[in-house]
Amino acid sequence: MNDLVFARSQMAMSLAFHIVFAALGIGMPVLMCMAEALHLRTGRLVYLDLCKRWARGTAILFAVGAVSGTVLSFELGLLWPGFMKEAGAIIGMPFSLEGFAFFSEAIFLGVYLYGWKRIPPFMHWLSGVVLACSGILSGVFVVTANAWMNAPAGFKRVGEKFTEIDPIAAMVNPASFHEVLHMTLAAFVAAGFAVAGVHAFFLLRDRRSEFHRAALGIALTVACVSAPLQIVSGDLSARSVAKLQPAKLAAMEAHYRTEAGAPLYIGGLPNDDLKTITYALRIPKGLSLLVAHDPTTRVVGLEDFPRADWPNVRIVHWAFDLMVGCGMALLGVSAWTGWRWWQKRPLPEGGWLLRALVLASPLGFVALEAGWVVTEVGRQPWIIQGIMRTAEAVTPMHFIAVPFVAFTVLYFFLAAIVILLLRRQFLDIPDSTT
Amino acid sequence: MYELIIAAFMLLSLILYALLGGADFGGGIWDLLACGPRAEKQRKAIAEAISPIWEANHVWLILVIVLLFSAFPPAFAALMTALNIPITLMLIGIVLRGSAFIFRKYDSQGKGVRHHWGTVFGAASFLTPLFQGMILGALTTGRIRGVEGQVTTGFFAGWQTPFALSCGVFALVLFAFLAATYMTLYTRAEPDLQNDFRRRALGCGLTLGPVALAVFLTSKAGAPEMFRGLTQWWAPLLLAGTSLCALTALLALWRRWFALARIAAAGQVMLILTGWGFAQYPYLITPDVTFHNSAAPEATLRLLTYALTAGAVLLLPALMFLFHLFSHPENGGDAQP
Repeated sequence: MNDLVFARSQMAMSLAFHIVFAALGIGMPVLMCMAEALHLRTGRLVYLDLCKRWARGTAILFAVGAVSGTVLSFELGLLWPGFMKEAGAIIGMPFSLEGFAFFSEAIFLGVYLYGWKRIPPFMHWLSGVVLACSGILSGVFVVTANAWMNAPAGFKRVGEKFTEIDPIAAMVNPASFHEVLHMTLAAFVAAGFAVAGVHAFFLLRDRRSEFHRAALGIALTVACVSAPLQIVSGDLSARSVAKLQPAKLAAMEAHYRTEAGAPLYIGGLPNDDLKTITYALRIPKGLSLLVAHDPTTRVVGLEDFPRADWPNVRIVHWAFDLMVGCGMALLGVSAWTGWRWWQKRPLPEGGWLLRALVLASPLGFVALEAGWVVTEVGRQPWIIQGIMRTAEAVTPMHFIAVPFVAFTVLYFFLAAIVILLLRRQFLDIPDSTT
Repeated sequence: MYELIIAAFMLLSLILYALLGGADFGGGIWDLLACGPRAEKQRKAIAEAISPIWEANHVWLILVIVLLFSAFPPAFAALMTALNIPITLMLIGIVLRGSAFIFRKYDSQGKGVRHHWGTVFGAASFLTPLFQGMILGALTTGRIRGVEGQVTTGFFAGWQTPFALSCGVFALVLFAFLAATYMTLYTRAEPDLQNDFRRRALGCGLTLGPVALAVFLTSKAGAPEMFRGLTQWWAPLLLAGTSLCALTALLALWRRWFALARIAAAGQVMLILTGWGFAQYPYLITPDVTFHNSAAPEATLRLLTYALTAGAVLLLPALMFLFHLFSHPENGGDAQP
């Protein structure tokens, strides 16, 4: 029993660590390409300088992302051999395609980082575009594999056996579209606001820095376009989850009782035994509206599922509210930014907006992590929704606490170094007076 | 049928991983062992040579593992269970090697800090191939047993045998040999440096002989199926080919025909791993798991074959471009701004 807990913790920690680098690996190349395109069009050196500095940061992030991703591909088997034994044949396809996309990423990252003087400028920019597209594709493929765990498709179950396997149908399962969309946008939101926050911080010290103004403009363009789209995609995701995984939706909303015109609870303290929630903000008919855009719709509650099939309601509900809260805050910041832009008032002169951007900087990543907690903890106790329980999949290995502690220490150490090194990349940026 | 095509792709990926990724580990070994008046120059040349390509070279390993779990899922499950410990250790090595390498490059603090990262990078480069050889060797020992996909021999079987250990040492020396040989070409503009790597390559090339003999001798008791494979009709041919490559590589290094030395060294590695693949067939994990009894359904294998073919057509030109672009040092040293 303890080994299962540690195996889940190790997987969660490895994913939580890797996803930060994966999201930046999707977002940063897009920012770099935009900066380089602006340099090629305007000839201004500030964009080139910016692009090169972002590229240096990306080199560090990418290396750590690549090795932590390698660890994950092995951990699928080291921790969940029971799962991989059956699922490998079904969802190996997207992983293989991801392998190729990652190959292309690694190749063009090498060309991009080290090829500045070896290929013509336009070719260099083009290799950045290929890098960005490969990054997005890598993410898309991996997320379809996760989507399959939530909405398994492309096989028949006969007794214990999986037969009539159709890897394509497994890849384009009912959860794929909304998960892929939500995660790709999340990568842009998280990377965009994180980068914008860093440059806003430096602009607060030195408002005239051309470098940070250029950086802020590019990062905010990506962030403020994707944040509102993300809200729409979130609505789509919630409605899909309601159809595909009603128990997960019920846990997300701490919705115990099946009823028509179900209220929406925000925050609060869910109580599984009493099947109630206390101290929550209650919006009448809110959940029915959210799930079906109709206030009278009947929404299935947790009471309709055996207690053994419930996920941890508190974790899932709080993580969901945290994600939505961050998303709404970022939507607000986007609207504020858009309003200033509409009025043609220069962004860097808005001191309060800059401060808000600094505060909002980590929220994209907080939402991203919380969202994955909702997806993964919300699917429990299943590793393949409705088909295989996580406890059936875990390795027979003992003392999983040992690798868990080892990787946790290692990853905390790496995270500290990465932050230190990234910080150092910014310290020698020329200020406006030079 | 399809399972054999995919097995061939896996062997090819493994060979390329050894030739390319293995050489990057070898570079780390030489970084750790750098000495003499040009130690810093050696380290710098190694770092320059592997910086642009090591991430791409590393992907071959991911490809092998992804193909293993897609095409032979029960074998993957059994392997990851029985060899959980050495694989975990290898992963820690991989994480430390990659991170320390990039940290050293971007840590702009004083020499002391950079030196520490260099040590981590070198030590991880040294230990990882050792575990990789042990893992590969363990598959062949016949000591990992299972019933219906459940491993019954625990977590310590196979990988601690003398045979597996000698496979580990063999991988280590082989990677160091490859790296030193490649570096003789990369440093052609600097004869002193080139000489340093030439001496290292020669030393490793000569060490390979006795280590290979140790692998062969321990295989008789430690990996009987492998030993039987190596005494079949094709084995003398393969042995002759491998020996020819090995001698050519040594001679070429001695006579300073460095381009030939690289080809011969690569040929040597290719033949060794091909021989291993043939001796291993039909077993993935000797003797219970074969390529046939662990293969995924045909629908999966067929699609994988298509995907591999398409991927190869798209990616190989890009990879050639990468290697072509960075086959020589840039004028004025480091390309970083």
